[in-house]
Amino acid sequence: MTAVIEAAGLGKRYGQNWALSECSLAIPSGKVVGLVGPNGAGKTTFLHLAVGLLQPTSGSMRVLGARPGASPAQLARIGFVAQDAPVYAGMSVRDHLRLGAWMNPTWDTELAADRVAGLGLDPNQKAGRLSGGQRAQLALTLAVAKRPELLVLDEPIASLDPLARREFLQDLMQVVVEQAATVIFSSHLVSDLERVCDYLIVLVGSRVRVAGDIEDLVATHYRLTGPRRDRGRLPGDQQVIVEDHTDRQSTFVVRTSAQVLDPSWTVERMGLEDLVLAYMARAAADARRPKLAEAR
Amino acid sequence: MISFHLDVRSGVAPYQQIVHQVRQALRLGLLEAGDQLPTVREVVGTLAINPNTVLKAYKELENLGLVAARPGIGTFVLRTLADESLAAHGPLRLELRRWLERARSAGLDDESIEALFRDVVRSFQAEGVA
Repeated sequence: MTAVIEAAGLGKRYGQNWALSECSLAIPSGKVVGLVGPNGAGKTTFLHLAVGLLQPTSGSMRVLGARPGASPAQLARIGFVAQDAPVYAGMSVRDHLRLGAWMNPTWDTELAADRVAGLGLDPNQKAGRLSGGQRAQLALTLAVAKRPELLVLDEPIASLDPLARREFLQDLMQVVVEQAATVIFSSHLVSDLERVCDYLIVLVGSRVRVAGDIEDLVATHYRLTGPRRDRGRLPGDQQVIVEDHTDRQSTFVVRTSAQVLDPSWTVERMGLEDLVLAYMARAAADARRPKLAEAR
Repeated sequence: MISFHLDVRSGVAPYQQIVHQVRQALRLGLLEAGDQLPTVREVVGTLAINPNTVLKAYKELENLGLVAARPGIGTFVLRTLADESLAAHGPLRLELRRWLERARSAGLDDESIEALFRDVVRSFQAEGVA
């Protein structure tokens, strides 16, 4: 499978602060990728690097086989909707489509018109008077009508109400079927991703904590609960993500491709949300550790 | 044509829920040989789920020999799971409804009714095995 986005040691620094660091991953094509992490984790930085709006401070990135923003031809293959689905408030829906056709060599006029009709948008309506959901769908239309191979959406549904959110995702999944595009979208809500994504990237504190096929991730993570035990006494193939101990009991979240056979553990499979939370907790624990070392 | 629904909180994988709902429809005679399943586009358009989830479910139904994909057209039912017993469904359903009414008027709530039903099914199965 070819990688749509490849990053090697990718980093972006603003002054003293690394917004993204040591990011290495390869995203296969044809996936719906969820980029999840708390606010300020570096999601937007990653997406802006991918579409060529930012240049990396370190490392390298290839998107659809080329450096992001390398050429107009490369830009034409990527559709991007920035956070909050920006549209020109004073311009009508029709004028947005006209602008899209004017600026994109691969623009599909018929597709754009069909989508606007299908979504029930009035072409004469000023974009500033559209509802949040309609605005998001107009922005998606502009990105989709250029028939991109890769669709990059930054928090597309964060500001939408539940119904508009559902409608947006229904529409987005139809686009995936029709255009066989790879989609990457960011969100700070795991529940948004559960239904629609098949690939997950967890980004916390400027670092990628885990990335992979959701089916594989869910199949290889377990929560183990049992009598108190040190992590050193777990089998070598069980990678500990987080651990929690009381005086008698230990709880581990482990990643392993083997089955957990030890009868002293209660073994539970984990949902996607718990899995993401485990990696976030681990990131928080990692962030505390260096400070403790300094205090000593 | 049938439509699917999804219970995300059930803990059952979404593709399995779709497989189950098709089998259920085949068993109840809602789907018959030659009927078309909803297209992948239609399913993702209503459920807002990943297209691969639907493809995986349809693949499994194909492997079970229940449906066949005709490329570019759609997925069609090959055989149903309903048998001669389907004719008996009507009267049994009616009896079950009467029984439910009696259970209700005796003061059982839905949970107690389900628990009782499951318990009887379990002990009935155990006797059958013995």
